[in-house]
Amino acid sequence: MPAETTVPPIVEMRSITISFPGVLALDNVDFLLHPGEVHSLMGENGAGKSTLIKALTGVYAIDRGSIRVAGRRNQFHSTADAQAAGISTVYQEINLCTNLSVGENVMLGHEPRRGVLIDWRAAHRQAAEHLEGLGLSIDTRSMLSSHSIAIQQLVAISRAMVLDAKVLILDEPTSSLDREEVEQLFRVVRGLRDNGVAILFVSHFLDQVYEISDRITVLRNGRLVGSYLVDDLPREELVTKMIGRELDDLAAISSTAAREIDRTGRPILKAVDVGKRGFLEPADVDVFEGEVVGIAGLLGSGRTELVRLLYGADRADSGNIEVGGEPAKMTSPRHAIDHHIAFSSENRRAEGIVSDLTIAENIVLGLQARQGFRKIKRAEQESVVSQYIEALGVRPADPTMIAGNLSGGNQQRVLLARWLATAPELLILDEPTRGIDVGAKADIQRKVAELSENGLSVIFISSELEEVLRLAQRVVVMRDRKHIGELESHTVSLDGLIDFIANEGKGSAA
Amino acid sequence: MRRIVKSRLFWPVAALILLILINTIARPQFVRITFQDGRLYGALIDILRNSAPLMLVSLGMTIVIATRGIDLSVGAVMAVSGAVALTIIDGSADPNSLGTVIVALVAAILVSLVLGMWNGLLVAVLGIQPIIATLVLMLAGRGVALLITGGFITTVNSSPFEFIASGYTLLLPFAFFISIAAIAAVGLAERRTALGVLTEAVGINPEASRLAGVRSRSIIWTAYAASGVLSGIAGVIYASNIRAADANAAGQFIELYAILAVVLGGTSLMGGKFSVAGTVVGVFIIQTLNSTILFLGVPSAQSPVFFAVVVVIVVVIQSPHLHRLTRSLIRSIRTNQTPEANGTTTNGESAGEESTSDVEVTV
Repeated sequence: MPAETTVPPIVEMRSITISFPGVLALDNVDFLLHPGEVHSLMGENGAGKSTLIKALTGVYAIDRGSIRVAGRRNQFHSTADAQAAGISTVYQEINLCTNLSVGENVMLGHEPRRGVLIDWRAAHRQAAEHLEGLGLSIDTRSMLSSHSIAIQQLVAISRAMVLDAKVLILDEPTSSLDREEVEQLFRVVRGLRDNGVAILFVSHFLDQVYEISDRITVLRNGRLVGSYLVDDLPREELVTKMIGRELDDLAAISSTAAREIDRTGRPILKAVDVGKRGFLEPADVDVFEGEVVGIAGLLGSGRTELVRLLYGADRADSGNIEVGGEPAKMTSPRHAIDHHIAFSSENRRAEGIVSDLTIAENIVLGLQARQGFRKIKRAEQESVVSQYIEALGVRPADPTMIAGNLSGGNQQRVLLARWLATAPELLILDEPTRGIDVGAKADIQRKVAELSENGLSVIFISSELEEVLRLAQRVVVMRDRKHIGELESHTVSLDGLIDFIANEGKGSAA
Repeated sequence: MRRIVKSRLFWPVAALILLILINTIARPQFVRITFQDGRLYGALIDILRNSAPLMLVSLGMTIVIATRGIDLSVGAVMAVSGAVALTIIDGSADPNSLGTVIVALVAAILVSLVLGMWNGLLVAVLGIQPIIATLVLMLAGRGVALLITGGFITTVNSSPFEFIASGYTLLLPFAFFISIAAIAAVGLAERRTALGVLTEAVGINPEASRLAGVRSRSIIWTAYAASGVLSGIAGVIYASNIRAADANAAGQFIELYAILAVVLGGTSLMGGKFSVAGTVVGVFIIQTLNSTILFLGVPSAQSPVFFAVVVVIVVVIQSPHLHRLTRSLIRSIRTNQTPEANGTTTNGESAGEESTSDVEVTV
């Protein structure tokens, strides 16, 4: 088995130092990767994980240090160089051509030829063999775009195998996969590991890291904290090493869930039979003042769809919505905003941040959009912006910084600021903590708890059920685009909730 | 922020100054301005005057491009606008009356507004791709103009109308004041109201803007309507200059020059961040280049080639890729002079996201 260092490392990075203007991104970092191991690279955002990966794959040049691959000193100047040396990367955002077929993608650039022409039949046959090697039997002539992200990722991996990769880098591969898909991916990863491929794994999900890894290397602020066998590093210790401070903060939040909510009065929002054909089966939801309602369910269970209908981001074709007791039509986000509802999408980059605008412009955008063409006075803008940068701890605290350059956690803070600045009565947060580091996660949870205590109503969606149970007083459970039940969160344990998601209402759904 | 705007404008302004310098060295009277009968004359004054139509069209184009769109119909709108104005003046009892001319101008501008709204409808409401949506009017517009003039080139003699392009106020050509007014109007509308930042938001990320509650539909619509109106005014200036409505020649290829002016001014065709000042400089570069061709006596058969060569040079000078290449070249020469460990590299770029275009130089 892996983990023993009798085998010489396939990748040996020594004293790697990379500096960017004003930042020392990597400071004297050593990193060893052995054949036949799954090695997780851990650290908060900005710890230097992606910089290290980019140094290895030739995207960034190193300022000092050395990189040896298979014993040979190497300095890659492009990802193509790295690929030629046997290092392949599979990103969260698939870097394949979705408008080509599966087979074409797998064999791209390595198609078998007959003279000058490509022998397509042989190409598809070879592609199918490679895919079957990963336990994947799909039609190689089908369009890549017709498959789920999970399948696309497996296709990307089999493409790496065509390139004869000795080192496979998986950068946040599981962010948008459901439980079963993760299992499938892990089966493939274990298979490759047993065949001697070295796998570098990066993920924010601690469970998955512990499930798949043999070894863990922790980075913090561009420096190496240490490299550990997974059995020698309990979780609490890992988290402590990553953030460098004890994390009692999360425990303090747990009191929120137990807080009593007065549900005798009129709900802030009451939705009855809200649905859309082929999108979401009619569902009921109500939210009271100061209440945090969690929505739990797997990816694709309809939780995002539900809140998009509530916000008017998509148009419902059935049901009624009342806001503060008055019937309300939610046919566009504008209507929802006029009713003091705010919605932060799960898709931060595509649907949240306006990347070329500054932090200040992004924060003011919601307020400005509501106000129309009349510009908010500069003094007022500045006071709003500095107030929220301060309150939410946006880093760097420079309002003129371009928002696209911020880390995920800080972008999320900016989005939260945008919506809080509009003084909503109901705040809908869809996966506000996805893909951000532990510290930022705790900050955002704490903020949500604090706001709800002051009377703000919140709908909170998260894949991390602990988080939902910690924050929400009530949890709506979704499955297969259907509302399958509601639980008082202090009456249910994590296992109970998982069981409910997995089993409850099976009979009626059929 | 101020520094970014400065560096953005640096290259266009440098190119403009360089062009003027070359002209001046070739023939020093290029920069001479004479005073006669209470008016200023000279090549530079001509540039101010002649650039007016392109200036107006380019300002509209800037806003449209900022929304991730493009307006190919500007030349056709100019033709229609000129045709409407001249047909009204031609058909009136007294072409020389100021009232007639004002009625003609208002009618021409209103028709242009309607055409701009039509483009906006296709793009913002029906969701047709801007290049296709405005192509419709680009092709059909000149036909409409011909229909209005009855297939002829309508000519008029109307001194108030001629004043628009040829008149002088306060020493300077009246047309230049129209440019100034348009620049001020667009600049104020974009920077003093929230229109500018909302337009940029829509151009950078339409979906995020929609979810943030931005009325992107009306913002896009406003952009095309403004482009229509500005093109209409440009059409009137053009017609006034030649005292005729020429449905085929009016504003021919001006959409391409306008796009060029916008790009030279540093606004990306991908939409988003835009610079009104940059466009103004871009227009002056193009107009100066046109004057240069006349002034240096480049044979007319070769003038397009000359124009193209200069534009290519200006665009290349502005290329960020080239800047990066030069910077890392300079750096590598510097590091070469100091002895360093073998295998060390210098990297030309920062933590930016342009992963594919990073330039590396091995020492």
